[in-house]
Amino acid sequence: MSTVSGRVLLVDMTTRATEVQELDPEYFRLYLGGVGLATRLLYEHMPPGADPLGPENVLAFATSPLAASLVPTGSKFAVATKSPLTGFLGDSISSSYWAAALKQAGYEALVIRGRAEKPTYVLIDDDHISFVDAEHLWGKGSYATEEQILADLGDPEVRVASIGPAGEKLVRFACITNDKERQLGRTGPGAVMGSKNLKAIAVRGTKPIRAADLDRLSQLALDMNHKAQGMATAKYRIIGTPTNVLVLNRLGILPTHNFQAGTFAAAEQVSGEYLHEHHWQKTVACAGCPIGCEQVVHVKNGQYEGAGVSLDYEPLFALGPCCGVDDLAAIIKAAALCDTLGMDSISAGVTVAWAMECYERGLLTQEDTDGLELNFGNHQAMVALIERIGRRQGLGDVLAEGCRRAAAQIGGDAERFAMQVKGLEMPGYDPRALKTYALGLAVGTRGGCHNRSAAYEPDIKGEVDRFAADRERGVLAKRQEDFAATLDSAMFCKFLRGCFQDFYAEGAEFYEATTGLALTAEEFKQAGERVSNLKKAFNIREGWTRADDWLPARFLEEPLPEGPSGGAVLTSDELETMIDGYYEARGWTSEGLMTAEKLATLGLEDLLEERRKAV
Amino acid sequence: MRREFIVCDPNKCNGCRICELACSAIKESTHDPMLSRIRNVRMTAIVMMSVSCRLCEKPACVTACPRLALSQEAETHLIKIEKSLCDGCGWCIEACKFGAIALNRDTPRTVEICDLCYDLPQPRCVEFCPKDALTLSSPEQVGQLTRRDTLIDLITELAGVEQL
Repeated sequence: MSTVSGRVLLVDMTTRATEVQELDPEYFRLYLGGVGLATRLLYEHMPPGADPLGPENVLAFATSPLAASLVPTGSKFAVATKSPLTGFLGDSISSSYWAAALKQAGYEALVIRGRAEKPTYVLIDDDHISFVDAEHLWGKGSYATEEQILADLGDPEVRVASIGPAGEKLVRFACITNDKERQLGRTGPGAVMGSKNLKAIAVRGTKPIRAADLDRLSQLALDMNHKAQGMATAKYRIIGTPTNVLVLNRLGILPTHNFQAGTFAAAEQVSGEYLHEHHWQKTVACAGCPIGCEQVVHVKNGQYEGAGVSLDYEPLFALGPCCGVDDLAAIIKAAALCDTLGMDSISAGVTVAWAMECYERGLLTQEDTDGLELNFGNHQAMVALIERIGRRQGLGDVLAEGCRRAAAQIGGDAERFAMQVKGLEMPGYDPRALKTYALGLAVGTRGGCHNRSAAYEPDIKGEVDRFAADRERGVLAKRQEDFAATLDSAMFCKFLRGCFQDFYAEGAEFYEATTGLALTAEEFKQAGERVSNLKKAFNIREGWTRADDWLPARFLEEPLPEGPSGGAVLTSDELETMIDGYYEARGWTSEGLMTAEKLATLGLEDLLEERRKAV
Repeated sequence: MRREFIVCDPNKCNGCRICELACSAIKESTHDPMLSRIRNVRMTAIVMMSVSCRLCEKPACVTACPRLALSQEAETHLIKIEKSLCDGCGWCIEACKFGAIALNRDTPRTVEICDLCYDLPQPRCVEFCPKDALTLSSPEQVGQLTRRDTLIDLITELAGVEQL
């Protein structure tokens, strides 16, 4: 027995054709599932050079092979698509019941192509697939959409992944929301859904999931559930990720005023500790998670009274210090708006911060902003602008393109302080004083993302001198990326990582007990490296060159002005050297391309075959 | 023997639904929430709890069964299902005010009700619950714990201290 059915559901929105294919069982050894499998399916099903918002782009969803089982934090899924923000791989992860439902409906993956004539939602009811009119849902927020679908179907066991108004309006950083409050957040998959006139994917899955060795799995899960209550997860369980605010402020790497500074004067007021004391309601968990890290917070009084959201560090930094906003109530309101409209709050916040800097430098005037005084710290202007972005009104229509495209439109100096990598807005750590992380950001396949390498870990934990840069950082960045790729493909939550003594060995044990596929620790680890290379291969096919692996000019020209990391800067030479070291560690050419030998070592020869055919 | 059942503290329950997986794993050797004898309900972002058989004093399910397939064991208060008589009609499911009865879709269709894992040292859901939200308690214990919590709240409020 195995939890892996090996079935992929292909859906064409244009023709309404559906088909179930059996995947090569070897895929679950090579790519595991999740991000690895989704990327592989995207690679196979999307024609090279597709327009991200055209019908030929593909949304490849893949569940964890461990989903819907007792494996702690295993109920996750990923989507891979060509990002409308970066033009490269857009892979995103979410958790909870939708993943379990797709798995229980009998599918490892779901590949969607084409474009419906009018607003439609897809209902996957085990083996029955239907296309349902969604005119009455168009314009509704994600939460309301899900409520309406459940009411229409009269079944609370149906799980929904949907887009909000931002996805409908093709905001390039629109997200997909599932189970009301979880998001496939980054790189704009919601805009791709919107471009397909696909409002939602509702799933009813009723098939049991049988593990290969249930007794062993139960024991492993029980042990891990206990470990997950220990010190390794205390940060997430008690205050949650917002606890980062004060930690990063103390290190002088809390991005403030659109990355102009690394310390925020009002850090205490927007800290996780303050949030917990004044706004916290409950800490909740995703499906099958023994940790529980989601901090549900709300505003009790004042102008934002009633606003509520599950708040993590990244939205908090983007809508808080990055915009100079020192009012948690406003941050909660703005984050809740992003969720309702269905857009990535990191990209939204960093894009607003960019607009604020444009305004303060005179590149945008009050005429451009329709009267908003867009100075740093003006939280009312921020909240108003977030709404306008989600609905593409006024200046919001420009900002909905993301800060890279918006800067190109504004012109002048604006591009210099558009804080993005490959078009994806940056997360909340300053790379000038975290050199390994700087490298991870520059070379990451999805652009300005902290999750696909978490390369700040060796910097912050003191494994290396965080201010110094050298060639060896390439080895660390590779190690971090491959670790994240295995985690994201087998799909364990990153917050569980500290509970493993030896992740690759223990992870492979979970994988075998669940799926029946015996992988050695080394094979499990190599799957991560393979997935990292596969992601890069997709980007190369979409026209990537070495010049794309670079960071915004601000980090290379302006030292951090003050605080514990004051004076820190990243030179072009340092970045070049680290990138050289990274390509070398990867076994790629000095231009960052893959050799036939390297692909063969990883069992990715068929990518090469395809490239030969193309030439 | 005193009457005990699975009690869920909604303040501790965080909606992970591990209890459902643990139950279906031990009872049906599979992962399937719909076969679980304990079900979790998440009403809003912060309101959630798990529910299973309360081992009622006058069980409506037993009264409702038209085929006399259900009975209550005098000593343990457990609801017993005579599978050869049950045809899965679902009257008991409707009668139970707690929604604590599951329908087993496998052939032959029968209903499934929590038996507190009487053959194990403790109920599997209680053992797996990562937040200790589930306990095996009697109504008397629940009452006493509630009184205790209320008193703590009251004293805390009166004393104006955050913790005792």
